[in-house]
Amino acid sequence: MGISAHVTAALAVIVGPGWVRTAPAELDTYASDGLPTHHSPPGAVVLPATRDEVVRVVQLLAHHKVPFVARGAGTGLSGGALADADAVLISLTRLTRILEVDPANRLAVVEPGVVNTRLTAATEPHGLHYAPDPSSQTVCTIGGNVAENAGGPHCLKYGVTTNHILELEVVLPNGSVATLGSRHGEPWGPDLVGLFVGSEGMFGIATRITVRLTPLPKAVRTLLADYEALRTAGEAVSAIIAAGILPAALEMIDRNCIAAVEASIYAAGYPTDAGAVLLVELDGATDDVVVAGGAEVERILRESGARTVQVASDEVERARLWQGRKKAFGALGRLNRDLFVQDTVVPRSALPTVLEQVDSIATTYGIRIANVFHAGDGNLHPNIAFDSRDADELERVERASAEILGVCVAAGGTITGEHGVGADKLRYMPLIFDGDTLGAMRAVHLVFDPDEIANPGKVIPIHACREWHTGRARRQTSGGTAPVAAAAAGGSA
Amino acid sequence: MAEAGLTIVRRLRSLLGDGAAIETDAGGLPRVAPRSEEAVALILGTAASEGWRVRIEGTAGWMPPDALADLALTTTQLTEIPHLDAPDLVATVQAGVVWAELRRALADHGAWTAIDPPGSGRSIGSVVATGTAGPLRAGFGNVRDHLLGVTLVTGDGRVVRPGGRVVKNVAGFDLTKLAAGSFGAFGVLTSVTLRLRAVPRADLTLVGSGQRDALLTAAQTILETGTTPAALEVLSPRAARASDWMLAVRLVGADPEVEAARNAAGGAVPMPLRELPVQEAARLWPEALAGATLGGTTLRLGAVPTSLDDALDLVEHHLPEGWMSVGVGAGIVRWSGDAAVDRLKLLRRAAAQQEMPLTLERAPWEVRSQMGHFGAYREGVGRLVSALRHTFDPGGVLVVPVGDA
Repeated sequence: MGISAHVTAALAVIVGPGWVRTAPAELDTYASDGLPTHHSPPGAVVLPATRDEVVRVVQLLAHHKVPFVARGAGTGLSGGALADADAVLISLTRLTRILEVDPANRLAVVEPGVVNTRLTAATEPHGLHYAPDPSSQTVCTIGGNVAENAGGPHCLKYGVTTNHILELEVVLPNGSVATLGSRHGEPWGPDLVGLFVGSEGMFGIATRITVRLTPLPKAVRTLLADYEALRTAGEAVSAIIAAGILPAALEMIDRNCIAAVEASIYAAGYPTDAGAVLLVELDGATDDVVVAGGAEVERILRESGARTVQVASDEVERARLWQGRKKAFGALGRLNRDLFVQDTVVPRSALPTVLEQVDSIATTYGIRIANVFHAGDGNLHPNIAFDSRDADELERVERASAEILGVCVAAGGTITGEHGVGADKLRYMPLIFDGDTLGAMRAVHLVFDPDEIANPGKVIPIHACREWHTGRARRQTSGGTAPVAAAAAGGSA
Repeated sequence: MAEAGLTIVRRLRSLLGDGAAIETDAGGLPRVAPRSEEAVALILGTAASEGWRVRIEGTAGWMPPDALADLALTTTQLTEIPHLDAPDLVATVQAGVVWAELRRALADHGAWTAIDPPGSGRSIGSVVATGTAGPLRAGFGNVRDHLLGVTLVTGDGRVVRPGGRVVKNVAGFDLTKLAAGSFGAFGVLTSVTLRLRAVPRADLTLVGSGQRDALLTAAQTILETGTTPAALEVLSPRAARASDWMLAVRLVGADPEVEAARNAAGGAVPMPLRELPVQEAARLWPEALAGATLGGTTLRLGAVPTSLDDALDLVEHHLPEGWMSVGVGAGIVRWSGDAAVDRLKLLRRAAAQQEMPLTLERAPWEVRSQMGHFGAYREGVGRLVSALRHTFDPGGVLVVPVGDA
């Protein structure tokens, strides 16, 4: 186990001696991401500063068959950026240059370590922004967003990361470089950008990322509705979408989460006696657009049982209404030593029933679940505050978490909407994919990484994959029907 | 060929019973129309073990059914819509459903899919497999952006089901996007799950006419106002069925939203923009799209919006006059006409030098077998595509000339 001294020495030659970490205390810094249930110090950490250094680092590790894990800001919530002691963790936080902003063509080119909000800040003077806005956007990186296909509250209207990536320069696990996609989004072949985004670091490392920029909305309307019961809030979500309205964001915060927020420094004035509140944001080109849309949404909210509906009258009020949502995870983090942020998706119409089932599961296992989530997408985040040092509580949390995933899948949903599979959800993949589909995913992984050295052990539960024969003979040597056109058929690959 | 074809027909009949419609064409080529994905899997699994080469057909509204093969597999019997959830705006549709019929079925439920593929009479499988989005790509993205999942039967008969039925999903690798727009290189699509939208409340089309470059500049100016029209096309005279080039702007959404976009567009351009009456607008777009099959070949070039005039110059220099439509918001030049394969290859190379990929969307077999749907791969890409192809079709069963490499 561990990384040999000659490999770490060679890494130091590439990046400089100050940028290779091997001391236990240094490695422990990288032993966790945002998932509190997993802890794994890497064998070494290397921090390249340039794309060329990344290429040389990967080439070196590939040559020595040393596994590696690429990492951005480490804000992931599925243990996807954790490395074992026999692997090198490649931190990309020094590749922070915004290489180009092209307002006329609504695109920007960045290095993977650029922080999400920094990109938007750089493009706002041009009336543009980078739309995907994960809750960790003030610290998470675009490279990490690409690896995880990150979402966020405003992805309801604008789409998730994969809808905003045009071109990727990637270092493949063997150290070679490939450019996928194009600046305008039209591929040069099959959609390898779409395949790469969300591959959780198992297909290589993106070193140069071309993103699509979106015009900033000129007008915004934000509403907060409070409901006595979680179910009626869930029903209101379906009513808004069914009315043909596509808000920029449609978020739900339940009673337990409201209590945590209102007891914290992030208090937003949410009604603490509510079963849930809905935060709805509309944006558009003019005030008339959002005022008209806001009036219709307000009517639907009231008709679906809202006790009160607040409408932000200015930017200060809007920021206050959002504060409770954006700082919810910080507020929940105060409740106990650890916070487990679950991530599942259900059809929107199933939200009322599934939310009640989640509540029942919490009661069964004697745990406290707080929900704050992207209701418009049906993307649930049941959050469980717990103490991982308490073995009994940890087990109850894990069993409750598994049961939540089960009810979501049974409702027609999936096991992750934006956090990824990582190490945490490997065991649940067979709930939604059969052996052939998992086998196909593994076979595709092997195309990119035949030696399985890029983020090994994540995403695909190998034991559940049906064997995938890739060397099947093209034709039978005897007893088969003679092919008549094979010789005449043209090009293939 | 006739004898071998009869042997295949007999084999398929014994395998499938009434699970497929089987016939032979005038040339003796067997054509099988399976009625289920299981039947598709059985056919391809058998083809892989027998060494048959199979071409995939939809309703033949787009790709000529002329590829040399031992067997034609058509999706025309896969015509069910097994799942239509209007409240959740999600539908699962079998590959043989005709696009126009899907739109009618969705409209009955107040739902809409924001894809307007070029051509007419096309099947869902054809649109998704070829990734041929139309003018609405400007506002709503490419075909792949509307997909939540697919069912794909690989060249050796395995059934793969990536994705799901929910609007957000990052579980596993995104094989759905790999399948979309790959021209069937990785398997036969038997069904797709689509993200739907509510039927827009307002749908308005503005048109203006003038010189090509003036209209391109005008379209660019509209984008610079921060407006993102649902469609923003500059149509050649042949596509517009007019004596001059036409700028066509489609705005959809809520009434105030469309009104605001109309004001922004109208105020941005130097030429008058005329609002089309509803009936006229309803004719303009389908007629323009149907023209995409005017010639035997249809291709698209990708370019950033500010380079679309260069892309058009390239097309006009290398190819004879044809039908052309320029998606300014989407960064696409689409051309249809008849051209020698050598001219098309020259265009591909010239365009590649300007970082503009040429995708051969449809063409006679003689053309597409020589130059492939894609080509001029960048470094490293050809190897990946070949290896992926081998992974999904190890026996080389599927007759799909995906690349020129």
